[in-house]
Amino acid sequence: MKTPALLESFSDRSRVFDFVNRPAAGAKPDVRHGTILYVEDITVSFDGFKALDALTLYVDAGELRCIIGPNGAGKTTMMDVITGKTRPDAGRAWFGQNINLLSLDEPGVAQAGIGRKFQKPTVFERHTVHENLELAMAGARGVWPVLLARLSGEQAAHIDETLELVGLAERRHDAAGSLSHGQKQWLEIGMLLMQEPELLLIDEPVAGMTPQEVERTADLLTRLAGKRSVVVVEHDMEFVRSIARTVTVLHEGRVLAEGPMDTIQNDPRVVEVYLGE
Amino acid sequence: MRHSNHGPVLTRMLGDTGSLIFVVVLIALTVAVPLCNVYLPEASALHVTDYTVALIGKYLTYALLAVAIDLIWGYCGILSLGHTAFFGLGGYAMGMYLMRQIGDRGVYGNPVLPDFMVFLDWEHLPWYWHGMDLFPFAMAMVVLVPGLLALVFGWLAFRSRVTGVYFAIITQAMTYALMLAFFRNEMGFGGNNGLTDFKDILGYELSADGIRNALFVASGVGLLLGFLIARFIVTSRLGRVLEAIRDAESRTRFTGYRVAYYKLWIFTVSAMLAGVAGALYVPQVGIINPSEFSPIASIEAVVWVAVGGRGTLYGAALGAGAVNFAKTWLTGAYPEIWPYALGILFVAVTLFLPKGIVGLVSQLRRRMRRKEPS
Repeated sequence: MKTPALLESFSDRSRVFDFVNRPAAGAKPDVRHGTILYVEDITVSFDGFKALDALTLYVDAGELRCIIGPNGAGKTTMMDVITGKTRPDAGRAWFGQNINLLSLDEPGVAQAGIGRKFQKPTVFERHTVHENLELAMAGARGVWPVLLARLSGEQAAHIDETLELVGLAERRHDAAGSLSHGQKQWLEIGMLLMQEPELLLIDEPVAGMTPQEVERTADLLTRLAGKRSVVVVEHDMEFVRSIARTVTVLHEGRVLAEGPMDTIQNDPRVVEVYLGE
Repeated sequence: MRHSNHGPVLTRMLGDTGSLIFVVVLIALTVAVPLCNVYLPEASALHVTDYTVALIGKYLTYALLAVAIDLIWGYCGILSLGHTAFFGLGGYAMGMYLMRQIGDRGVYGNPVLPDFMVFLDWEHLPWYWHGMDLFPFAMAMVVLVPGLLALVFGWLAFRSRVTGVYFAIITQAMTYALMLAFFRNEMGFGGNNGLTDFKDILGYELSADGIRNALFVASGVGLLLGFLIARFIVTSRLGRVLEAIRDAESRTRFTGYRVAYYKLWIFTVSAMLAGVAGALYVPQVGIINPSEFSPIASIEAVVWVAVGGRGTLYGAALGAGAVNFAKTWLTGAYPEIWPYALGILFVAVTLFLPKGIVGLVSQLRRRMRRKEPS
């Protein structure tokens, strides 16, 4: 913020200062209006190139949403904005009605309840599978509480459940780096679950997976929706068809089309930029 | 192989063989060396000379510094090439206490001002020298001054996400700046001569046999406590967060951990341990001067850790002992060779022993086990 703007913000009586209405730590998103994610007019440019161009997108609570689009459509940049990695030039992003995502850094966004899975599986390779889940487990993130933290029986049981769910119970004491590509993807989804997020952002979950693994991942994600909201970015159309209820098509940093898969597939604009390729 | 251990704290800390052996050997050394010095006749083969007691005592303080460096480098990936700055500050705090203990026995006989201040025609004690005649206050400064510097320096660096080689370079600059500052007489720390000619500590004469052994034991206990504190940290969940930061910093952030706070915390703890090491070092060598802040000294300390094997704590302590033993021997036999030997050692370890001596030992053990048909 430049100095004049800063001064203006102090003299502006119509709004309360940011630090006054900052949500308390651990605040849950308020979804009484049925919407969990509000992305409005977000613009991000890199050296003049508009990665996102006034992007507006809403995600309902409990929804499983797929986002597709050709390379460079702005899918990953959108995730970066939501998770606090990239600051947009303009626009608003709210988590529920009460949490302003643009006022939070990456750990803040994670603590507010948004979990992110990266395109390339990123797990802690030198930690065991069990330790990966333990680190991701929802709970205190401050230095001192973490220093003195001990795993309660309840927490241990929760980790065991998640290990079963993602099918890695047998590998619990192995280093995460020794897992296969598909197993790493599942471990990362398991870590997301341990974070107990309200909203999961999942970037290309089935890239490089065998057909069996894809099927299993689809099953896992469908089971998650309902309890949590899930946004999946994916290239694999077969996979999108198998899980999606609503699909959003991004193109050149904007929403090109949005609706059920059948409608989308027959939309001539979509066919032109993406499916027709 | 590694696995989470959620049992009682002591089994958690000393659960791995290397750490247990280290603690047992360290306790044995701390007890045996003074006993062999005092009770065995000089003719005995097992007699430890006064010189050797002071020498091993010095190695123990170096080992504590190495543990402090390994705590941040081995576990959190923070390479500090300025850690002897914290060691030096702890040393200076101890040196100031020892200077004030000299009282009117200095050359100029001034009861309050140390000799170098009388020599500079100073009339009053600078404000930061007040209270340093009180042992508890001086000991508090031994940890607080390095801790505070680390806190401020770390806050500026980690908040701006300065990492890797850039961080290493600014730590070099930090220690170099401190060296230049302490060289100046106006700073009030004795300029290039530093602080020396100490007489006694807590009312006991420093040159007495009993005190030499007491300082040795204090160094052994200091290393033991420092090691146990470090082990407690690295075997806790916090330790696993630190390793997560080392291996995948960005992922750790997206998991909800404020990476900068964690780095700042461990960097400060490490600086405090280094300060204690410096304070134990000074009464045993009898002098502290700005050369302790020299950039090369910090690099040397990092080499100890690399040689011993980083990420094990005991490996760092072992490396400090081994490299300094070699240094003592080489600088005695072929003084001009040492700098080359140190450089070659570092290159050789980096190329052939990425996990240091500790890594070599465990590799040999594994090979032997494979040969035995089981």
